[in-house]
Amino acid sequence: MKAITYLSLALLGAGAFAAPTYADPKADNEVMHEFFKKRFPNVEFAEFSNGVYAFDENAREQWLEIEDFPPYEDAVEHGQTLFETPFANGKSYADCFENGGLNIRQGYPKFDADSGQVVTLELAINECRTANGEEALPYGRGDIAAISAYMATTSAGEIINVVVPSDPKALAAYEAGKKLFYERRGQLNMACATCHVHSAGGQIRADILSPALGHTTHFPAYRFAVEDLVTIQHRYAGCNKQVRAKPFELQSEEYRNLEYYHAHMSNGLPVNGPGSRK
Amino acid sequence: MKKLIQLTTMALLLPVGLSSALANDRLAEGKEISFDRKKGNCLACHVMDDGQLPGYLGPPLMMMEARYPDREKLKAQIADPTIRNPATSMPPYGKHRMLTEDELDKVVDYVHSL
Ligand code: HEC
Ligand code: HEC
Repeated sequence: MKAITYLSLALLGAGAFAAPTYADPKADNEVMHEFFKKRFPNVEFAEFSNGVYAFDENAREQWLEIEDFPPYEDAVEHGQTLFETPFANGKSYADCFENGGLNIRQGYPKFDADSGQVVTLELAINECRTANGEEALPYGRGDIAAISAYMATTSAGEIINVVVPSDPKALAAYEAGKKLFYERRGQLNMACATCHVHSAGGQIRADILSPALGHTTHFPAYRFAVEDLVTIQHRYAGCNKQVRAKPFELQSEEYRNLEYYHAHMSNGLPVNGPGSRK
Repeated sequence: MKKLIQLTTMALLLPVGLSSALANDRLAEGKEISFDRKKGNCLACHVMDDGQLPGYLGPPLMMMEARYPDREKLKAQIADPTIRNPATSMPPYGKHRMLTEDELDKVVDYVHSL
């Protein structure tokens, strides 16, 4: 086992990232976690939930000051109000989720065996609405991000545990997400991994590139650039556009599979959403 | 044909000062394309010349003529860096037509002059 891990690490170093013919999510995580621990030897594991603020002192100080007056506070309150307001039929979000929707963020996205699809928290929120005769909310930002952010706060500090069951369809979804993560796209020919694995810690213009490990822990996140709370898939679309690639639809099968792989990678880290980011 | 001969003759007759001014214009254009965020945007990853707010993913571009005596090798690196290093983060400016052939040549001349 050790030997395999080292071999994969060597591949990581060479940037080869050959996708195995079978999916082994657990081994993937071991390789990825080792890679980042080696690259950032001074960063404590749980700190990866804080993105670039885990290792860039200057950025961290500014961020901590901002977090004294969190820019997402109103949105979270609004999200809680929406979450607790019953639908026209008298039911509410609490009726759609296990544990009344509280303290469940750490298990999302989930694989749904019945539909054979990956279900993100935002998709589940909208499915709850339509099942109760309400209109689906637009994805990306606004009310959906507020509700999701409120739900995340009820999981604060819980350890992320995204499960890939040994169902061929679940493994295929995971594998598809992984492929998307490593596939070079757009005119600039860059994969998510180009920036957030191989170049993590490096600097593009004034931006320091965050490691992919820990990316999903603090979403939805308040982005100063957008002046709003955004979902993780809103960020995916932004990063796709940066390399002049056509983004996928929010909550498309592609992005849900990507989020599945991406979130699974952060298993073992604490939930700390919503976060605030540039 | 006749026109070409005329042009060549004119070029030969150009005073030295004027032709080097033309060369400087070309370098200035190459610089502009290299710095333009919508074109080369090389500063995103390279320290070069007097460019502001550079990134540091790639090595500083300096002493290029000494390091790339063969201009074609430099052009190949900018046109498609994945040939030399398949895992590179640098975009393939020629292969993906991010720059026209003319723009690419100007960038190469400019970078070669650094
Ligand atoms: C051209 C380089 C580049 C590529 C390619 C890229 N990103 Fe990013 N990404 C950035 C930059 C720059 C930021 C802002 C600084 C940071 O936090 O890394 C960012 C931020 C993010 C964030 C927010 C980080 C945080 O801590 O909140 C996520 C999530 C993310 N990217 C995911 C992705 C995914 C998934 C892909 C592929 C679909 C991708 N990125 C492709 C450059 C890139
Ligand atoms: C997104 C990052 C990025 C951008 C944008 C970028 N480069 Fe690079 N460049 C690199 C990296 C990384 C290397 C290191 C070599 C490698 O990766 O194979 C490199 C290497 C080079 C080299 C070889 C340097 C040497 O020491 O041999 C040249 C020349 C070069 N780049 C020119 C350019 C020019 C000109 C542009 C813009 C038109 C540009 N680069 C844009 C990332 C980038």
